[in-house]
Amino acid sequence: MKIRLDHVVKTFDTFRAVRDVSLEIGSGELVALLGPSGSGKTTILRMVAGLEYSDAGTIHFGEQDATAIPVRDRGVGFVFQHYALFPHMTVAENVAFGMKVSKVKRGRAEIDRRVGELLDLVRLSGLGGRFPTQISGGQRQRVALARALAVDPKVLLLDEPFGALDANVRRELRRWLREIHEALGITTLFVTHDQEEALDLADRIVILNEGRIVQQGTPEQVCRSPNSAFVTQFLGDANRLEASIRDGRARIAGGEIAAPGVTDGRAEVFVRPSDLDWSDTGGIPATVTRVIDRPENRRILARLGDGTSLELDVPPETAVRSQDIGFVRIRRANVFPLS
Amino acid sequence: MTRRRVLPGLPLSLGITLVYVGLIVALPLAALAVKAASLGPEDYWRIVSSPRAVASYRVTALSAATATAFNLVFGLSLAWVLVRYRFPGKRLVDAIVDLPFALPTAVAGIALTTLFAPNGWFGSILAPFGVKVAYTPLGIMVAMSFTSLPFIVRTVQPVLEDLDPALEEAAQSLGGSDSEIFLRVILPLLTPALLAGVSLAFARSLGEFGAIIFIAGNQPMETEITALLSFIRLEEYDYQAAAAIASVLLITAFAMLAVTNLLQARALRYTGRS
Repeated sequence: MKIRLDHVVKTFDTFRAVRDVSLEIGSGELVALLGPSGSGKTTILRMVAGLEYSDAGTIHFGEQDATAIPVRDRGVGFVFQHYALFPHMTVAENVAFGMKVSKVKRGRAEIDRRVGELLDLVRLSGLGGRFPTQISGGQRQRVALARALAVDPKVLLLDEPFGALDANVRRELRRWLREIHEALGITTLFVTHDQEEALDLADRIVILNEGRIVQQGTPEQVCRSPNSAFVTQFLGDANRLEASIRDGRARIAGGEIAAPGVTDGRAEVFVRPSDLDWSDTGGIPATVTRVIDRPENRRILARLGDGTSLELDVPPETAVRSQDIGFVRIRRANVFPLS
Repeated sequence: MTRRRVLPGLPLSLGITLVYVGLIVALPLAALAVKAASLGPEDYWRIVSSPRAVASYRVTALSAATATAFNLVFGLSLAWVLVRYRFPGKRLVDAIVDLPFALPTAVAGIALTTLFAPNGWFGSILAPFGVKVAYTPLGIMVAMSFTSLPFIVRTVQPVLEDLDPALEEAAQSLGGSDSEIFLRVILPLLTPALLAGVSLAFARSLGEFGAIIFIAGNQPMETEITALLSFIRLEEYDYQAAAAIASVLLITAFAMLAVTNLLQARALRYTGRS
């Protein structure tokens, strides 16, 4: 089911949570709404679900105007951040709830069979008789998903689905959610503040800030061509350097890099730690202030002549120590003019 | 070797608590039991099964059950309104709920009698319809409802406040109607608190004395409550009979609390704490 938001606005008291958001989600697509807290991503998700009504604008499901349809008739599956499992019901009863209250009457045997199928799908067969307090966080998350899927939703909405879980469980569940999405093909929209999660899982990422969409595109598009300083910094570690641009080249604290197409004047340059090299011979002179060792690399914290701090990731075997003097080379950078 | 504990103060606090419970609660009850037991089984049975005593049990238990049932519905709605909606005067209403706790019950009894007497504000309105409240079992129920209302409101209110709104949203997103959500999600989660409130309200109603004797009329066999009958025996210096009748109230209250505790444990089995 295709979803289309047209100029949607939402204000809470005096706080403008969502300001004029237009967005299209294709049928069967898996889309991430990514943004810092307060960016309006959860509000957008809740409006799509019908848990909030928009102040202005419309929301279409396919060709149908869903803006005023209440949540219980909207046909969405919603997975809550803290799962919101019914604590007094067993896992199986939780999953069966939607079918029991449905207008489509099903026999008991049919409900039981469907609950069994769903528990198989989320790999929880055998745990149907447990109460939510008796299973782990990751298992509760999967029960919440099974419960949402039980009503055959046209759209699946997930609010920070892995926010409350350990890093390991989170990674595993992401892969698993992707598999389920591929198997069922339900249009899915999820909210996260974790860029790694969004990149890992989504077909397309919508990046929000202060209630507006700042950029949207495939993970490749947003990673390789961030359109603003905000997106660049939000997607991952980035060093910020000030530069002056002349004739398509940026001058930075004693060094120079190509900046094609950037207008002359002052600019900010963002460089990922892994896009910097450490060298003994040429580049921007720098002093090492600290070295942090990690399993996959070494991170050097360095200071340039003008006092700017930099972080760079170098191969683990690089011989470097605090107070060493050397040079930094920029391999790749994103340059944005300072207005 | 003794196990070391992190939390301090166990011997002292446990000691004080046990002494207090022993002196103030258990000892008088034990004295009551001993007094009642000093009657032979035959005498005891004769006193507690006398027609006048049995009539008093009936009117007490029936009135307490009706008052509790009324408060179950009214107290739940009151708690519901106080928790879920904002309206002018909410804090005042919230404070008024505690009034029956604070007011001397005799004052409540006299006030209710004045209101519900045939020439009182409420009584004069009800009289043309043939409804008599003061000096009838209905009056007993009114007095009991008045004094036991806070129990249900105050036990349900905090649970309702802590209820995660996401539970209702989840139920809505799964297609549940308002009534289904109330019956299948909210009510079961409130059940333990409701049971606690009901048992306290019922126990309080069984033992209520001050508020009732003014409004009840106290006709033996009709509007005489068990606590009053026990009091009458006391005034006649028949301590054993008074103790025997009081023991019936005591046993009933105990049995009722035991049953509700069991039900509560059953309703709470999902928390996995048992």
